[in-house]
Amino acid sequence: MATMPASASDLLKSFKLKTKQQELLIRVSILCLVYILAFITRLFSVLRYESMIHEFDPYFNYRTTLYLTENGFYDFWNWFDYESWYPLGRIVGGTLYPGLMVTAVLIYRILRFLRFAVHIREVCVLTAPFFASNTTLVAYFFGKEIWDSGAGLVAAILIAVCPGYISRSVAGSYDNEGVAIFALLFTFYVFVKAVNTGSLAWSLASAFGYFYMVSAWGGYVFIINLIPLYVLVLLITGRYSMRLYVAYNCMYILGMLLAMQIRFVGFQHVQSGEHMAAMGVFFLMQVFYFLDWVKHMLSDTKLFQAFLRITVTSAVAVGGIALGLGMVSGYISPWTGRFYSLLDPTYAKDHIPIIASVSEHQPTAWSSFMFDFHILLFLFPAGLYFCFKRLSDATIFIVMYGLTSMYFAGVMVRLILVATPAVCLISAIAVSATVKNLTVLLRSKNKVVQTGSTKGSGGSKSSSKALLDQSQPFQKNGAIALLFGAFYLLSRYATHCTWVTSEAYSSPSIVLAARGAHGNRVIFDDYREAYFWLRQNTPQDAKVMSWWDYGYQITAMGNRTVIVDNNTWNNTHIATVGRAMSSYEDEAIEIIRSLDVDYVLVVFGGVTGYSSDDINKFLWMVRIGGGVFPVIKEPDYLVNGEYRVDKGAAPKMLNCLMYKLCYYRFGEMMTEYGKPPGYDRARGVEIGNKDVKLEHLEEAFTTSNWIVRIYRVKPPNNRW
Amino acid sequence: MEARIRARVNLALTFFALLFFVAGSSPPRQFVISNAERRIDLSSHIINVHLTLKVENAGTRSASEVVLALTPTEVDHLAMVDASAIKGKRKKTTSVRLEVKPTELPDAPPIDTKYFTIYLANPLNSGESTTLEVLYVFTHFLEPFPAEIAQSESQLVFYHDTALILSPYHIKQQTTFIKTPSTKVESFIRMEPTNRVGTEIKYGPYEDRPPYSISPIHVHFENNSPFAVVEELVQEIEISHWGNIQVTEHYKLIHAGARHKGVFSRVDYQSRQSSNGASSFRYLLARLPPRVHSVYYRDEIGNISSSHLRTDSLKSELQIEPRYPLFGGWKATFVIGYGLPLQDFLFESSDDKRYLNFTFGCPLIGMVVDKLTIKVVLPEGSTDPSPVVPFPVEHHLEAKYSSLDVVGRTVVVLEKKNFVPMHNSHFQVYYSFKPIFMLAEPLMLASAFFMLFVACVAYIHIDLSIRK
Repeated sequence: MATMPASASDLLKSFKLKTKQQELLIRVSILCLVYILAFITRLFSVLRYESMIHEFDPYFNYRTTLYLTENGFYDFWNWFDYESWYPLGRIVGGTLYPGLMVTAVLIYRILRFLRFAVHIREVCVLTAPFFASNTTLVAYFFGKEIWDSGAGLVAAILIAVCPGYISRSVAGSYDNEGVAIFALLFTFYVFVKAVNTGSLAWSLASAFGYFYMVSAWGGYVFIINLIPLYVLVLLITGRYSMRLYVAYNCMYILGMLLAMQIRFVGFQHVQSGEHMAAMGVFFLMQVFYFLDWVKHMLSDTKLFQAFLRITVTSAVAVGGIALGLGMVSGYISPWTGRFYSLLDPTYAKDHIPIIASVSEHQPTAWSSFMFDFHILLFLFPAGLYFCFKRLSDATIFIVMYGLTSMYFAGVMVRLILVATPAVCLISAIAVSATVKNLTVLLRSKNKVVQTGSTKGSGGSKSSSKALLDQSQPFQKNGAIALLFGAFYLLSRYATHCTWVTSEAYSSPSIVLAARGAHGNRVIFDDYREAYFWLRQNTPQDAKVMSWWDYGYQITAMGNRTVIVDNNTWNNTHIATVGRAMSSYEDEAIEIIRSLDVDYVLVVFGGVTGYSSDDINKFLWMVRIGGGVFPVIKEPDYLVNGEYRVDKGAAPKMLNCLMYKLCYYRFGEMMTEYGKPPGYDRARGVEIGNKDVKLEHLEEAFTTSNWIVRIYRVKPPNNRW
Repeated sequence: MEARIRARVNLALTFFALLFFVAGSSPPRQFVISNAERRIDLSSHIINVHLTLKVENAGTRSASEVVLALTPTEVDHLAMVDASAIKGKRKKTTSVRLEVKPTELPDAPPIDTKYFTIYLANPLNSGESTTLEVLYVFTHFLEPFPAEIAQSESQLVFYHDTALILSPYHIKQQTTFIKTPSTKVESFIRMEPTNRVGTEIKYGPYEDRPPYSISPIHVHFENNSPFAVVEELVQEIEISHWGNIQVTEHYKLIHAGARHKGVFSRVDYQSRQSSNGASSFRYLLARLPPRVHSVYYRDEIGNISSSHLRTDSLKSELQIEPRYPLFGGWKATFVIGYGLPLQDFLFESSDDKRYLNFTFGCPLIGMVVDKLTIKVVLPEGSTDPSPVVPFPVEHHLEAKYSSLDVVGRTVVVLEKKNFVPMHNSHFQVYYSFKPIFMLAEPLMLASAFFMLFVACVAYIHIDLSIRK
């Protein structure tokens, strides 16, 4: 027994790792922890509610995934959906990005193959957190590529908890963005790697990354415009190299060919205005290469100058003419409205109300930048400074990615998501570089004291030494204070992120939770109550009319045909519904009958005080309806430019279908103690028209908290 | 409506045919029923008919088979028939369950009268008499009229029967009592002497009726009890020898009463529920075994948050509320699942087999189950399953693949149609199982991880590059 300690210490000694191994161990364990952290921080909603799909679009994705699991890929690809956009229908296979569904089904099949009896819903719910975890790994490698492994680690940590990314990747948020951000960052990383190495393998990988991105999200347009822009900047700044040539050409050609395999994208890479920049840069690249070759062949510079002039002019002219011809002949489609609205934030507001009506398409407020980025907002410029200080092909890329995506994030709230990886990476550079400099400062001082000379090389060290000499007494304390400050800020960031995730981004929005009078949690499960009622108690072929927001949910949960849904591809159809909702009942019934509607569904928050209901969305219905049918005029519903539902409301407002359906028999209802009957809690007023009579519709179902009300369309009266 | 007409036609046919054949041949006539009393309970949608017969052997030989007769409509709705013999005098009576079997009588009247034979424990000698108690349970027998009602109306139903008991024997004296759930009786057919007091209608006593005499009557009355019917219940009992039994029950529930018509008004339903939606129901109560854990209640689109669980040492009660109140014709599907400790239900039999002892039935109280399927999922590697059920059921075997299964689990499937709470009883499934199989899955997992680590080690130590 006595010999044991000695042998144990021997054993320990033999297990002792070398510094490099220690570093590797620490790095790998940090990455593992970050990987797990990124996953579990997104599980708030699963623990608080249940494993369920959130919000609106994910329900469509879930429904299609279900279809894919049940019917296989070919049926999915050729799926014509009769249950939406009645009577038009929707070619689902040709109008969606299948990447998400295929990914989920693949994971599902693999798990099934490994004999794990999981339900496809669980896979769908956890797809986004899983990909978020993978994104942290990509962020690490990306950070390592553009700066060093320290920056990579910091980037992984920052992106793991960044609210801007969490907002779209919590468990249950089964949406394209969940996998697309991974694909986006992966493509960028591999492309930068390809540019840095000039390796065909990496550029091939980036082509496949791009293909995955195209299959997953419409945001691929950002890649196909940013990369050419980056290449162009490199060309202009004289950083053209063979590596760049290989990387871009391989990625562009292969990526384009692969992308054409996605039916929804099709030939857009050669036909749409949004993709022309990439093609232009591709040809420019060839001209550049050609000129380079000619320059190499010709020794006479004068001759070359002349040749250059001729070639460039003719190339530009040919390109211009080709583009012009394409545009005129209609072969190349002009830019879409969505694209315009990105370049000109006011465009959608004036021209496309349906885009402007979506809350996530609004211009971003400063507060939401602060909310989503927190300290990254301050670290971002600092990181840019470091990037400019150590300019390379990779840092140029990240700078451009950061700046452009920040601009887009300012235009639309939802594009904060695209900016998040760039902001995290650049901030990580700032954090890593600062901390490194400070620690070097601390260490080098010790070395000065001990040995009197620094052995290390590198600019930062020597500069710190220079600083050291100037202000010896406060140097160390200052560095320590700064380090503590940095760690304090980072810990604040972590707390903020957790708080935001828990409070703001983990609500499924299908189930609403509130605090009751005794502090207990009250759950409003009215949406599912209504959808399940539809599913069980209406004829199989019943057609439900509602505002488009609820379309996906009705088809997925209610399993009934809808007139319009969240895939807002047909503005006229939506406008027709908007018109029906904003007309008088006897006019509306004509539209309703012409659309063969059996049930009308409205969402009403007057009893519970739920503010995102149809009355509050109503002006958008008027605007969208009025955009196509000029009989609907917005001023008719307003009083002195003010939108109100009480006694002072406009007469048209008080008698339009939406008002009647929402407030039918609401006048008899006592909602709040001490208030008159018919007191609308969402708007805080007593309603103006308490005697609502319906002639052609009848109440079919109202949920227990009145949030969803469903009306049945009565058959026409018999003629006598 | 159509069903009602059919029922009437059937009854009328029976009637005429019986009159015609009254003098004709009939089953062994040696019995005479000296006194018959029938009590019909109509308070819910499950109809219980208690029939007390005093049977006398008037023949010369001893006999042990007493025949009961039922009309075809009755047989279609019959969920169970149960007979027992009453022994002893007043207050010290004991009842002995007797075997009842459906039989065909060769010399029966050509109308489709169906027969059940009671096999007496001891043959009845000539001149002796005995008292038999028979219980019939009928389902889907009350016919809503009007067939569609609005929210504010209450539900009225028809009950069709005959005032005289259908029997192949001569009945000397008979009385029928019909109990209605409330005093609201719209109409009923009289056949003197008929007397109605409170919630009870008394037909009889009628003296000396020949065999096969009937007299159709109907009662039209209010019945607002929940007509909750489970159209299909699939109960899956999965045994894990690691200490847990997981039960999953898939329900397809329907309100089988008068169909709801027109408007459903929430404001009326909330403010005046007694007069609005009187026949609808909101809550269901499930009685689960004690020590139940991890209970869930959900449906295809997610968790249903309105349920309460009360547990004590003897039983657990789960009160559930479907997503919406159920009106006539409305449906709801849902799943209830729970875990149970293994030692309460799994035992070892003397012949080295194991057996599961579980309740055959539907935990929801007062439910008619049109089709009940019980699937007992035995652990992987178990052999020779054999179910023991106290009443006839269909059964077959299936295979199921659960987590980490390679060869699949044996599933014993038991099916029973038209199940009523009176059927609730225990059943057993015997099977052989070697405990070594319990280790298969942990070993599989362990070896998978081991392989993974070996692969990692190999990857680190082997140089795969082509360039040297």
